[in-house]
Amino acid sequence: MSNTLYFILCGLLSVSVLFGISLMVKVKTAVAGNFINATSLFLGIVITMIHNNIFSVWSTFLFMMAGIIIGSTLSLRVKMIQMPQYVALFNGIGGLASALVGVLSFLGIGTTESNYPNFIKVTSFLAVSIGLITLTGSLVAAGKLHKLFSQKPVKWKFHSEILNICLLILMAVTFGISFADVIPYGIIILLIVSVFVSSLFGGAFAIRVGGADMPITISLLNSLSGVAGAIAGMAVNDLMLVSVGGIVGASGLFLTQIMCKSMNRSLREILIGNTSVVGKKPTDKMNHATDVLETNAETNVSVVELRRNELTNNCDSSAKHSIKETIITSRVAVKSDPGEILNSAKSVIIVPGYGMALAQAQHLVRELSDEMEANGAEVKFAIHPVAGRMPGHMNVLLAEVDVPYEKLYEMDSVNDQFASTDLVIVVGANDVINPAAREAADTPIYGMPVLNVDHAKVIFICNYDLNPGYAGVDNPLYTRSNGVHLFLGDANDSLNEIIGKLHQL
Amino acid sequence: MNPLYLLFVFIASSILGYLIIKNVPSLLHTPLMSGMNALSGITILGAVTATGLSVSTVNNDKVFIGLLLGGIAIMAAAVNIVGGFGVTHKMLKMFDKKEKIA
Repeated sequence: MSNTLYFILCGLLSVSVLFGISLMVKVKTAVAGNFINATSLFLGIVITMIHNNIFSVWSTFLFMMAGIIIGSTLSLRVKMIQMPQYVALFNGIGGLASALVGVLSFLGIGTTESNYPNFIKVTSFLAVSIGLITLTGSLVAAGKLHKLFSQKPVKWKFHSEILNICLLILMAVTFGISFADVIPYGIIILLIVSVFVSSLFGGAFAIRVGGADMPITISLLNSLSGVAGAIAGMAVNDLMLVSVGGIVGASGLFLTQIMCKSMNRSLREILIGNTSVVGKKPTDKMNHATDVLETNAETNVSVVELRRNELTNNCDSSAKHSIKETIITSRVAVKSDPGEILNSAKSVIIVPGYGMALAQAQHLVRELSDEMEANGAEVKFAIHPVAGRMPGHMNVLLAEVDVPYEKLYEMDSVNDQFASTDLVIVVGANDVINPAAREAADTPIYGMPVLNVDHAKVIFICNYDLNPGYAGVDNPLYTRSNGVHLFLGDANDSLNEIIGKLHQL
Repeated sequence: MNPLYLLFVFIASSILGYLIIKNVPSLLHTPLMSGMNALSGITILGAVTATGLSVSTVNNDKVFIGLLLGGIAIMAAAVNIVGGFGVTHKMLKMFDKKEKIA
């Protein structure tokens, strides 16, 4: 195949990938878009093999078959609930592949002569570093999401210093690479250094990211896996690899930006490692704020405990009352009974959060919405962009239980409807509905766009407990005196209770 | 190929990709991410080339390293591609299914 033809075909395939992505804008065409992407990628492999005249190397097919078998088994067996860690893991595998391509090109194995040896050295070296950062970062993120280790941010001593030193070493080595030939085995030594340093960097970067910051981290790793591929493409002089890698990098960057905007963080903050609220070095003002918050949190816990005692006493006198009802009645002196509200509500907005994913309560959420609709109510779902552990997490879970996507509303399109809605049901969401983000300037989540749940007249909150959410900021909704009904405990129990009340009348 | 061309292609495709991806609604962000994830398996092109050339080139004393590292790279990238597209398809079908019911 002539070079010109090869370049034209690569260009065409890159365009068809872009076309495939443009089809992913609508649900109806997205399946076709995904199919076009897969086909373009397959054709890319065929063209590359013809171009390099390596069809005769049968071992590549063996490796490919092995990968295809593993990949298809994984994709068939994965459950929707495992999607965040699955995506994280796959980012890492992509990073590993790019890093290995970088290593091969670095060692001059399987490469053709180039007129630009330094460019190849630097790019293959960068591919190794970025690929490995993606790999270890993703493995740590996936481990956290899979609950292999703590979801809380882990902060080492000198954490920022370690990250900075790693970066400095990587930069120094990248610059020094052109002169590596001076020392015997210089290239190999530099390669080994970069392997260790970038692996450490990726792990250290990801380990201090806490649960709710995961959407940002996964998007960023997604972007990095693309960039690693593009740079590996520069190293091995492969046009299609460079362009598609660039597209993936841009897509990840776009998602990262959205996630940052939805959490009111700057991308710069993320890049220098300040990905978690807790990991941030507190200033005096912040310290004060945390103190206040901690006291608040303690009061909250003691309130719950008090109520629990109250409850054990009550239990003897009126055994009929369930734990939750006692809590509700003691907390909110409401005239109307939740069952009445449920049955008279004509418009309902359901706000799901990570708690719904944790409790696997999406089936009951669907049931509740069906029952309410059968009752003549209009049900909408309000989805905060960072609800859950990855971009679009809630949408996927609700799609899994066949909630029509027309009923899923983005924050901006639903936020002014809360005030005119009869009833808002919150299922396992906390920070994303916390009005403190709008009002309390000294809290870490201040400025983060939130769902205006507090504008609603009546709110049912089905959360596990009254503890502050991930950001550690107390939610004033919990202590609002009227219109808020709390259903504490496992979301499934709470939802069953609500559905039960719906049936009562 | 001149490095400047490669850099140009990288920047141009990033910008084009960004402009197109900007239109994807947050409803489809997870499938978008896993689809992009699958696309990042494009690095299989580099892996296949490196492995193939290291084997097919005569008088090469580094065939073993090429086969070992290249083989792992091919496998990893293939897992990434097949798993990524597979799961994206699975998710998109889930969204699309309701289209027919509704």
